[in-house]
Amino acid sequence: MLGQEKKSGCCYDSQNLEKTPSKKKVFSKTELAIKKWKKKRGSLIMALHEIQDLKGFLPWEDAVEVAEGMNVPLARVYEVLTFYNYFKLEAPGDIIISVCYGTACYLKGGKDVLDEFSEKLGIADGESTEDKMFHLQTVRCVGCCGLAPVVVINGKTYGKVRPSDVRGMIEEWQEKHAAKNSVDGASDGE
Amino acid sequence: MENKAKQDAAMLAKLDEAADNQRKKHKSYKCQILICNSTSCRSSEGKEVIEALGECVKSHELTEIVEIIPTGCMGLCAKGPLVRVELAGKNPVIYKHVNPMLARLILAQHVMMALKHKGDFQLPDFLKEHTLPIDMPFFAKQTKIALDNVGIINPDSIEDYLSRGGYESFRKVLTMTPSEVIDEIKKSGLRGRGGGGFPTGLKWDFANKSEGDEKFIICNGDEGDPGAYMDSGLLEGDPHAVLEGMMIGAYAQKATTGWFYIRAEYPLAVERLTKAIKHARKYRLLGKDILGSGFDFNCEVRLGAGAFVCGEETALIASIEGKRGTPRPRPPYPTESGLWGKPSSINNVETFANIPKIIRMGADKYYAIGSDKSKGTKVFALTGRVENGGLVEVPMGMSIKEIVSDIGGGVADGKQLKAVQTGGPSGGVIPTYLHDLPVCYDKLKEVGSIMGSGGMIVMDNDDSMVEIAKFYLGFTVEESCGKCSPCRIGGTQMLRILERISEGKGKKEDIDKLKRLSFAMQKASLCGLGQTSPNPVLSTLKFFEEEYMEKMTEEANDEEVK
Ligand SMILES: Cc1cc2nc3c(=O)[nH]c(=O)nc-3n(C[C@H](O)[C@H](O)[C@H](O)COP(=O)(O)O)c2cc1C
Ligand code: FES
Repeated sequence: MLGQEKKSGCCYDSQNLEKTPSKKKVFSKTELAIKKWKKKRGSLIMALHEIQDLKGFLPWEDAVEVAEGMNVPLARVYEVLTFYNYFKLEAPGDIIISVCYGTACYLKGGKDVLDEFSEKLGIADGESTEDKMFHLQTVRCVGCCGLAPVVVINGKTYGKVRPSDVRGMIEEWQEKHAAKNSVDGASDGE
Repeated sequence: MENKAKQDAAMLAKLDEAADNQRKKHKSYKCQILICNSTSCRSSEGKEVIEALGECVKSHELTEIVEIIPTGCMGLCAKGPLVRVELAGKNPVIYKHVNPMLARLILAQHVMMALKHKGDFQLPDFLKEHTLPIDMPFFAKQTKIALDNVGIINPDSIEDYLSRGGYESFRKVLTMTPSEVIDEIKKSGLRGRGGGGFPTGLKWDFANKSEGDEKFIICNGDEGDPGAYMDSGLLEGDPHAVLEGMMIGAYAQKATTGWFYIRAEYPLAVERLTKAIKHARKYRLLGKDILGSGFDFNCEVRLGAGAFVCGEETALIASIEGKRGTPRPRPPYPTESGLWGKPSSINNVETFANIPKIIRMGADKYYAIGSDKSKGTKVFALTGRVENGGLVEVPMGMSIKEIVSDIGGGVADGKQLKAVQTGGPSGGVIPTYLHDLPVCYDKLKEVGSIMGSGGMIVMDNDDSMVEIAKFYLGFTVEESCGKCSPCRIGGTQMLRILERISEGKGKKEDIDKLKRLSFAMQKASLCGLGQTSPNPVLSTLKFFEEEYMEKMTEEANDEEVK
């Protein structure tokens, strides 16, 4: 029930990558993404999408790898990364809060919701908390305008959000985060 | 040779058989429960409703009697998740705001009871409360052509699409010559639904006449208008219709490869479209020598990356090529020199979705729908302060009043209607006293707005027009690619002035400055983004200048005199 759905990224067949068994040479995820898109036309942005989907952002080393692997000047890769809003050059927080700032949501109080998140977390639009737990960003319409104002947190959509709901939403995700970390910690044997 | 004829016949038979089987399968059930499985309804527990119903049907051993069909958007998103129950020989019943609990009750107290008691079943009152009248204007006043299958079929099933006559138009087209197809589209009067309103048949004609070893056809699914979701509704609800439209276009223009450019913010649309392409390949509707016609065609999906300007066709092409999405001056038009310099023609998602219907119903019949110079229907995302917000499709020429008051059920919360905004960041506001205006390309232009791609935002008396203008301009300033200075600098300056006014620091002559800057931007910007971005400011000024004046404080203006 509690939308544990993985953030639905855009690389609909990126699962294939995970399945590849490690036979001889072990390719990194980035290498696999490059290999997959290299031969196709018009695929620079697709390769970058795939890497960001896997890693949550686009580390500089990966950009360099893409440039070399796909035979594109590094300047071009950089130009693309900085032009398009979707690409992140730095690791965002673990929990990505996207407040919709499309017209329908704006009209119905999206700004108040954004301000509330901003105040409660102490970060502005586009920033991450110091502990890297939360990242706050705005998006322009997620196609649920009938539910305005809308907030998407790590793939889970919340409709008709009021500023008074914000606190509960933050707490919900803090709890989830703590629960996940304790499981991870246990399995790491720490 | 003989062998080939046999193989071709077998491919066609396979399609017919799949359609037939699917129709038989649907008929074999006594009851169908349709559930909206679009992004919007899924996120308000729709996904859980589907799961709950599935489990329930299983546990009551009804899997051979009750069929559950996850569909695309049923339209009334503000009241979702929607569930539609269809029992043989009965009127369908539509439920609103369904949660898993209510879904179980619907199955137990409605479906199972009706199946048991047959003729004399009455819906219990506690369930009736959750239904929507099937004859409410929201449903009754729409004309569905592009959205024909949306909310009715399972978008993930090509068999479902085939069973509703899917790909028959494409098959018919394969027996026609390209110029016959183009003539048919010309005759239908179809104009581009992406905002420009360019006659589609004419564009196809240009594209058909350009020569090239390779030719491309592109589907624009970038849907830039922030707050509108017609294209996502179509791609999520009936991806095959869009694909079929592209395939027909490709045949008419002798295109070799098709490209879908879809917003990255629409993962579900991308997933369903990708699946549709895969299924079409399986049935040999894509690939080499399609259905034995000698026509080769294949297509690919590419994603945007969050840049509004990439909806503009030359910027979109640059983006597929893996560059920054900056527009370039036209001519040359993409139909002469587009993607990698090859002839490329671009159409919007909704434009393509109309094509199979035109071929099926005939151009004359399509031409008969709509108004003088705007033919057919248009899909709108009706949002904002309206009671029945959602995705609606109406014949061109319907008045704004009918759309907002009848279909939309008027303004929510008993407030007063102030204006409707169409055309998104490139459009304008239309005040209430003009709401008898028929919605079509030319009339909207006359009052300073545009048809745009289909955003229709309803505003009530509490909404400030200065803030709306500032909101849209803020958007276009942020999205300006920065290549040409009128758009880059002009927009920023206008925004500064608007901010000043909004903070009560505006001066009377600011209004004049806004108008002058607007004029310069409209005349000198390189692409449609800059040329149209002053529209929201100009139209709010035109109809609601008093709201700007109210924000002017005496202090700010006194200072000036000193
Ligand atoms: C700034 C700007 C944004 C645009 N955004 C879109 C869009 O999101 N979707 C779209 O179909 N057309 C958009 N267009 C129009 C396209 O350039 C092009 O005219 C259209 O895709 C052609 O298809 P049609 O003839 O089927 O409408 C935009 C144009 C401009 C100038
Ligand atoms: S404007 Fe927020 S979902 Fe469309």
